Formats: sequence, structure tokens, C-alpha cells
Amino acid sequence: MVSIDVRGACVEFPIFDAKNRSLKKSVLGRAGGRISEQKVPVVEALRDVDLSLHQGDRVGLVGHNGAGKSTLLRLLAGIYEPTRGRASIRGRVAPVFDLAVGMDPEISGYENILIRGLFLGMSRREMERRVDEIADFTELGDYLNMPLRTYSTGMRVRLALGVVTSIDPEILILDEGIGAVDAAFLEKARDRLRDLVGRSGMLVFASHSDEFLVELCDTAIWMDGGIIREQGPLRDVVSHYKGRDVFENLSQETLERLERANAG
Amino acid sequence: MAVPALARQDADDSAPDEFAPSPRSWGRAFGDIRAALAQRELWGHLGWQDIKQRYRRSVIGPLWITISMAVTAAALGGLYSQLFGQPIGTFMPYVTVGFMIWYFISACVLEGTETFIANEGLIRFLPAPLMIYVFRTVWRQVLFFAHNVVVYVVVLAIFFQQLEGPYTMVNKATNPDAIVHPGLSWWALLAIPAFVLIVVNGLWVTLLFGIISARFRDIPPVVGSFMQLFFTMTPIIWTTDLLTGGAPGSPKAIISFLAKLNPFYHFIEIFRAPLVGQVQSWTHWAVCGAITVIGWSLALLALRNYRSRVAYWV
Repeated sequence: MVSIDVRGACVEFPIFDAKNRSLKKSVLGRAGGRISEQKVPVVEALRDVDLSLHQGDRVGLVGHNGAGKSTLLRLLAGIYEPTRGRASIRGRVAPVFDLAVGMDPEISGYENILIRGLFLGMSRREMERRVDEIADFTELGDYLNMPLRTYSTGMRVRLALGVVTSIDPEILILDEGIGAVDAAFLEKARDRLRDLVGRSGMLVFASHSDEFLVELCDTAIWMDGGIIREQGPLRDVVSHYKGRDVFENLSQETLERLERANAG
Repeated sequence: MAVPALARQDADDSAPDEFAPSPRSWGRAFGDIRAALAQRELWGHLGWQDIKQRYRRSVIGPLWITISMAVTAAALGGLYSQLFGQPIGTFMPYVTVGFMIWYFISACVLEGTETFIANEGLIRFLPAPLMIYVFRTVWRQVLFFAHNVVVYVVVLAIFFQQLEGPYTMVNKATNPDAIVHPGLSWWALLAIPAFVLIVVNGLWVTLLFGIISARFRDIPPVVGSFMQLFFTMTPIIWTTDLLTGGAPGSPKAIISFLAKLNPFYHFIEIFRAPLVGQVQSWTHWAVCGAITVIGWSLALLALRNYRSRVAYWV
């Protein structure tokens, strides 16, 4: 059963500057004993986060820069374990964060697909079976033989989305970077993501774009200064956050489509 | 669809929520190792990738590893055999094997300190067991090592006759106490378990030093300068046979005693002695075995306590 259960979780980063991060200080500091306990400064990126997500949830994450969106995503992906409180994540996680990371610019798109897949728990054979489908979906074709450094940002997004959506993850975690794709691909990706969530999983998606949020999510979390400020239906939360109704400007056609999709 | 267990975030899915293991538990530490072993295709691939990457677009590629090893062995073996007045036929294989295994050991130590720092991006952006990066680093060294084995085979083919029968490394006429080595025999196969033991040690060194270095960034340069020192102190381009026959208390005897305190000496010896047909001593195996147990205990303790902290430190 896919679920994410977070209780009272805090994420605190110790900031070791060049001086602090040395053995000298630890050793000498202890030997001296007179200097008052020099604590490493700590940045509290998340504070007392309570969150419970279940199968089929499609959650949008909004908030200002530095509000803790990405940190929360990494907590949910299991990359950071909470320094206090606890987080239990059940299900296969596939995250897409910073698109430059975890991809080697010198090797080809194909090889990057393979490595990504292996990292996400696939076997080599399983990935080889999927590679054609991914090539199809991303529309990159022969370009997949080129080293990744020749790719545009949008092409990298396509590749990353192609991999994570092809492996049937149960928990899909997307950071804002995916805004770089064109409208046509977005439509294709949207259907696929909806499909995926409907089949087996859960989506958590951080974005500043109303369009993305409306298309992909039905509930939302507003992060502010490391705490959850508001959590609830997408329309309410995002409207409070932005100070205006985000559904106001949508065309009739889009609204109808969303209604159909959300109902079905 | 069959879901591979390794992709699960929770090591033990069956445990009820209330008993979710704390980040600092033996279960999570061993779970990390198990999960990483299951993902051997991943680190296997990454290790190869590292080597291919280094020689990408070069014409003969990883063959450069073999060539540079051959050049080093030939140059140093030739030079030092003349300096020390030792027969090149036995000294050259000795230096070659010593270098081969020293490269492996020192690379495990040096690159071990960098293992989590170098993989910072992956650690912070993809959920994966920490041990993946340890295995990747050590596996890469094993592959380098495999390229160097070729040099040993060639050197052995050239100097086989000199190693076949009993021989001495130093002149018997000037040093009557010189150790007579039995020459090559089937005991050479002992080098295989010796190498396995060295790899097992490479793993804990990489894990332990990797964790410490992620927290304290002074460690890699410190370790770097110590390894320089150890290279000189370890009998690689010189032989302990030169130290035999000293009276108790003489400089020779003192240096001989100090040499035995150097842990690298014992690891080099268990691997080198069988391959060049030298006298073998079980004390080296005992010392190496003890270091393995102590080292792994420390490394596992570090993994248990700081596994979840590494992502915060890198």
C-alpha cells in the first residue's frame, strides 16, 4: 500500500563554514575547554511538518523561494531523514529534481536513461526493454545517441520525465524544473502523469505555474518559512497563496476538461 | 508488476508504523548494505563508466592504465636494482607486484576519503543506499587493478627462470644471513584469497574514511600526505631482506621492527610473497585478519550512527 506518513518532522542543516568544518576546531575546542560551547549554526529548513498522503493523491506544493518546498520533496523522497520526528515512506519513489544532477553530460542519452533507471531500482534488462518506449515518448529519436551536453533544458526534462514515467513508480516527486518543456509535450506528459497516478500512485509536485498546478494536482500544500501554512483543496490553497482565484482566468474548455478528468 | 524489494524506502516493510526503526539502528545500517548489494548492476555500471569516462576519446583508452604501470615498474625496477645492487631478474617482479597492490591500496584510501564528497550531487538528489558509492569506488579500483595484472603476467614471462628455483634478494656473499626464498610454486594461488581480503579491507576503509571526510574536510589532504610517507616506509621499492642480520639494538634491527608496525607492509606481503615465490609468514595473515575485524567494526558503527547524516553533510 502506497503511503507517506510524516509526523513532527524537522530538517535542520548544520552549516559548517570553512573554519567550523575542520578537525582543528573540534580537537582544539575540546582540549581547551574554556571557550563556550561553539555550536555549528543550524538552518531549520523544515519545522514540525505533519503530513499524511495516500494512494491517488495529487498534491501541489506552493510557496515562496526558500520556503522549504524542495527540502520537503527530498524528505518525502527519503533523501533526508528527519533530524527530529519521523517520516515513513512506503512505495517506490521516483524523484525528478535538479535536471543537471544525476545525469552525466559526457555520456549519451541512452546511457543516462539506463543509469537513471538503475538508480530507481530497475534492472538492466528491464531498462533495455523500456528504452524504445522512452525514445518514443520523448520524441528524441536518434538524438539519444548524442552526449547529454548537447541537449537543451527542455530535452533534458523530456528525458527525465520519460524515465520516471516509464518505470511505474508509486510515488512520483517533481520539482519545478519541468516547466521548460513546450506546450505539445506538456499535454502528452500530463496525460501520462494522470494515468500513472490513477493506476498506482501518488504525485507531489512543486511549481510556481498555475497552469501546471491546475492541470496536475487536486490538493495543495502552502509552505511558508519551513512550516505548512495551509493544506487543502487546490483551488482554496493556491487562491489564498496568490491572493486571487487561479481558476478565474481559465478558459471554459480547460475547466470542462479538468472536470471530466477529475471525475473520471 | 513485480516490485524489486531494493527500491523500497523502508528496509522492513512489514514493521508496524509505531515501531518504525530510528535512523540510528543496526537494522537500517545492514539494510543499506543489503540494498546496495542487490543493486550491483548499478555500481558495476558506474564503476565501468568511471574508467571509460577517464579515457573517453583517447585512442587506446584504458590500455593507458596498463602502459603507465609497465613504464613505472620498468623504470623503478631497473633503477633501484642497480642502486641496491640487486639482480634485476628477481627485483623487477618484486617491484611490479608491490606497485600493483600498493596502487590498489592507496587508491582505496585516497579515493575513499572522497567517495561521498565526489558523489555529492547524486546523494542529494536521488534516494539510494550509501554503500552504492562505496562499492562504486572500490569496484573502480578493482578494474584498474585488473588492467595492471597484465603487466605482472608479462614480467613473469620474461623473468620466470630466475624465480623458478630458490633465490636470494641480497648478495649471499656479503650478507650470510640473507633469506633464501623458495621460488615460485602452487602457493602462488594464495594471492587470490589475499586479494579478496585486501578488497574487503578496501571497503571498510572507503566507508569509514568517506564518512569522516564528509564531515571533516581536512581529512583528505591529511590522508594524502600520510600516504606519501607510507609509500616510502613500506617495502615496495626496497626489501626487508636488506634488514636481516642486524644485532639486537642495531639500527637495522630497529628499522626492521618499525617496518612491522606499518599495517600496509602486512597487506602488501600477503599478496606479493606468493606471487614472487618468497618466504611466507602466517603472522602477516593474522595481522591482516585482525585489522579486518577491527576496521569493519568501526566502519559499521560509523554507518549505523552517521548513515542518515551524510546527506546533510555533503
